[in-house]
Amino acid sequence: MGKYTIVQARALSEAVFEMWIHAPQVARHAKAGQFCIIHADGAGERVPLTISGTNGDNIRIAFMAVGTTTKLLATLKTGDELRDVAGPLGMPSDIAEGGETVVIVGGGVGVACTPILAQAAKDAGNYVIGIIGARNRDLLIFEDDMRAICNELYVTTDDGSYGIKGFASGPLKELCESGRKIDKVWIIGPGMMMKVTSEVTRPFGIRTYVSLNPVMVDGTGMCGSCRVTVGGEMKFACVDGPEFDAHEVDWNDLMTRQRMYLSEEKQSMEYHEEHHVCRCRKVE
Amino acid sequence: MDRNPNLRITDFNEVDLGLSREEVIAEAKRCIQCKKPRCISGCPVGIDIPAFIQAIADEKFQDAADIIKKDNMLPAVCGRVCPQETQCQGECILGKKDLPISIGQLERFVADFERKKGAKCPKCAPATGKKVAVVGSGPAGLACAAELARRGHSVTVFESLHEAGGVLMYGIPAFRMPKDIVQYEIDQVKRLGVVIKTNHIVGRSVSVDELLSYDAVFLGTGAGLPYFMGIPGENLPGVYSANEFLTRVNLMGANKFPENDTPVKVGKKVVVVGGGNVAMDAARVARRMGAEVTLMYRRGEADMPARLDEVRHAKEEGIIFMTATNPIAILGGNNTVCGVQAVKMELGTAGDDGRCSFYPIEGSEFAVEADVVIEAIGQGPNPLLLRMLPELTRNRNGSVAVNCLGETSIQKVYAGGDVATGAATVILAMGTAKEAAVAIDHMLKK
Ligand SMILES: Cc1cc2nc3c(=O)[nH]c(=O)nc-3n(C[C@H](O)[C@H](O)[C@H](O)COP(=O)(O)OP(=O)(O)OC[C@H]3O[C@@H](n4cnc5c(N)ncnc54)[C@H](O)[C@@H]3O)c2cc1C
Ligand SMILES: Cc1cc2nc3c(=O)[nH]c(=O)nc-3n(C[C@H](O)[C@H](O)[C@H](O)COP(=O)(O)OP(=O)(O)OC[C@H]3O[C@@H](n4cnc5c(N)ncnc54)[C@H](O)[C@@H]3O)c2cc1C
Ligand code: SF4
Ligand code: SF4
Ligand code: FES
Repeated sequence: MGKYTIVQARALSEAVFEMWIHAPQVARHAKAGQFCIIHADGAGERVPLTISGTNGDNIRIAFMAVGTTTKLLATLKTGDELRDVAGPLGMPSDIAEGGETVVIVGGGVGVACTPILAQAAKDAGNYVIGIIGARNRDLLIFEDDMRAICNELYVTTDDGSYGIKGFASGPLKELCESGRKIDKVWIIGPGMMMKVTSEVTRPFGIRTYVSLNPVMVDGTGMCGSCRVTVGGEMKFACVDGPEFDAHEVDWNDLMTRQRMYLSEEKQSMEYHEEHHVCRCRKVE
Repeated sequence: MDRNPNLRITDFNEVDLGLSREEVIAEAKRCIQCKKPRCISGCPVGIDIPAFIQAIADEKFQDAADIIKKDNMLPAVCGRVCPQETQCQGECILGKKDLPISIGQLERFVADFERKKGAKCPKCAPATGKKVAVVGSGPAGLACAAELARRGHSVTVFESLHEAGGVLMYGIPAFRMPKDIVQYEIDQVKRLGVVIKTNHIVGRSVSVDELLSYDAVFLGTGAGLPYFMGIPGENLPGVYSANEFLTRVNLMGANKFPENDTPVKVGKKVVVVGGGNVAMDAARVARRMGAEVTLMYRRGEADMPARLDEVRHAKEEGIIFMTATNPIAILGGNNTVCGVQAVKMELGTAGDDGRCSFYPIEGSEFAVEADVVIEAIGQGPNPLLLRMLPELTRNRNGSVAVNCLGETSIQKVYAGGDVATGAATVILAMGTAKEAAVAIDHMLKK
């Protein structure tokens, strides 16, 4: 077996894909909250993706096909190889050694990060409440995984096609208002969703973590591409994070920097569609 | 010989084409073979300079290569990037009245000669059965690994990036340090039996326990953490650390976007802040990508720490030098950069370090137009692994404290290169790494 072989690839929904990749040095050390960097081929970009599970020498990633790299990844099949997989990167989640009640909120593709986190929290002896949401039923991922792990699970869809109608922030608000003891909350999803949802916990003073996803290059603290402002200070998300105190994050700063390459991303997509570039199969 | 500036700013090919065979022989013959050669004391690894120059004068290029390689593993690199004017050539006696011997050019010629001919692999001592882990594959890691492999130890190098070479690969641009030469030198180290594991971040993909299970450890993790100025506007899209800008281009090939996926912003007008090699490289890369580039430096040109050649090359390539000027804010709106607010500096007298003091002139603020700003104001040691080794004693500037043997405060853990010296030079990194390798060898054979 090659170095970074895709041992299993499948579509979870129209736009979200799951992959198990043989990457022993990553799999053996990965903890909840950490990510890896995938470099599909020599001409490709290094893209950060959360490690959403491990099994022996394999890691699982789940990604949304949004741009050049992720669309390219989506075309890969079981048995194909990736040029590079580096990780695990970032700090593991701040999980207590039991006795806490934690709420894990996932939105959209962010749900991909929740099973490994929920499992780790559960294994450490905590009471785990999951809330996962998607725009509609077809886009919902990892419900079975989460149902098997969580002590309680709430599912929401924006259009009400499944579970509770509305955003994931709805059940979170109810939980907070119910007066139940909640020690920590994790919110993982698109920037806007994390920003809005973390406002729910702020009045209750509940420790809330978000997993930030700025544009990265090396993922090892060497370039500063991933710098974010947390508590008024510059932090490098790849080494200091990616999880930070939600109530201290400067969201405008994050979202502005995330949009830095919008025109280039469009240009790249057009270029690749025009050239029908499919280089991944022939990894150098 | 340098290529024409107007031509070379259109590509990333090497700027300095080096000397011809006739030229190097003539240059070698100029050396007066001093009894007490001062040039040697100027070389951080103490190459027997007169001896290799004599070999060139005798047209025995392979002998010259062998002499250099006794002390310097990467002559093709050092001949190109050493700050010779402050090292070997700065000490050459001929420099007192005339031009010093172009030692760097001679060294480079010999190395290129050997490479084209195909170098023979040096013999390694019989296997000792001892295992050494080297962290980082920059000049320090490579030099340490090669030295230990030659002495019969089994060496594994861990590198977090997907390519080995450290700054030689991701930092120094190809027009100064062609990547095939770096790759060739790395392959030479591999030929000694050294295993290089890329995509292995020590502290993450390799745990500290695994690391310490080796018989000895060498930390050559460099000074890769970029500093930012801490001025307003720094997080605007369009503001880069030089490390990010150079990595995007040198390692990821962003100059060929969209053929290569990694993008980089290169505006019409770029301001680069700093006066070292890193600043020159960033400025010259931006120039090659079509920008008008202004270099802002807070002291005078004579204080610039960059190699003289780089300063000269940058000027020839049309980089605008704005010295005695310091940025105080990056201006922008609507999520883009539109300029740099700067202040003029009054330069005082030179201090003990020979560099002048400076202070801002009140009321001298002015704005420079820019759509991309690149900060090259210095780097510190990467904290990723060091944080996981709390017992490691650090210097005030954050670098790893070592004694003259390269020993750190942790038993059997050694360090060298930028992580121990602070951001310095390729040859110093290799020099300190080699000393550590010798010390490791002694320890392992005890
Ligand atoms: C720590 C971390 C964990 C992540 N985990 C996941 C995950 O589990 N699943 C998932 O689908 N996505 C995840 N992302 C986002 C993912 O990295 C981007 O969607 C991906 O890089 C897009 O690449 P592209 O070439 O397909 O799209 P592009 O067209 O290049 O970009 C589309 C979007 O991705 C962002 N992006 C582009 N390049 C990068 C980059 N090098 N680093 C970060 N963001 C970038 C852009 O800001 C843009 O919003 C994570 C990001 C980070 C930082
Ligand atoms: C743009 C630029 C231009 C320069 N120009 C010159 C010049 O002209 N002349 C000159 O003499 N010097 C120059 N220098 C300085 C010179 O390059 C450095 O002094 C030298 O590279 C230091 O070598 P090193 O091996 O200590 O570190 P580096 O070259 O920085 O290598 C360190 C390596 O360790 C890896 N690493 C870090 N942490 C880990 C970890 N936890 N696990 C695994 N791997 C890790 C890094 O990815 C990197 O590859 C320049 C530097 C830069 C940035
Ligand atoms: S290694 Fe550097 S300092 Fe030493 S002789 Fe060569 S060019 Fe000069
Ligand atoms: S100091 Fe100059 S002239 Fe004397 S031996 Fe060295 S290179 Fe030759
Ligand atoms: S991605 Fe380069 S420092 Fe974080």
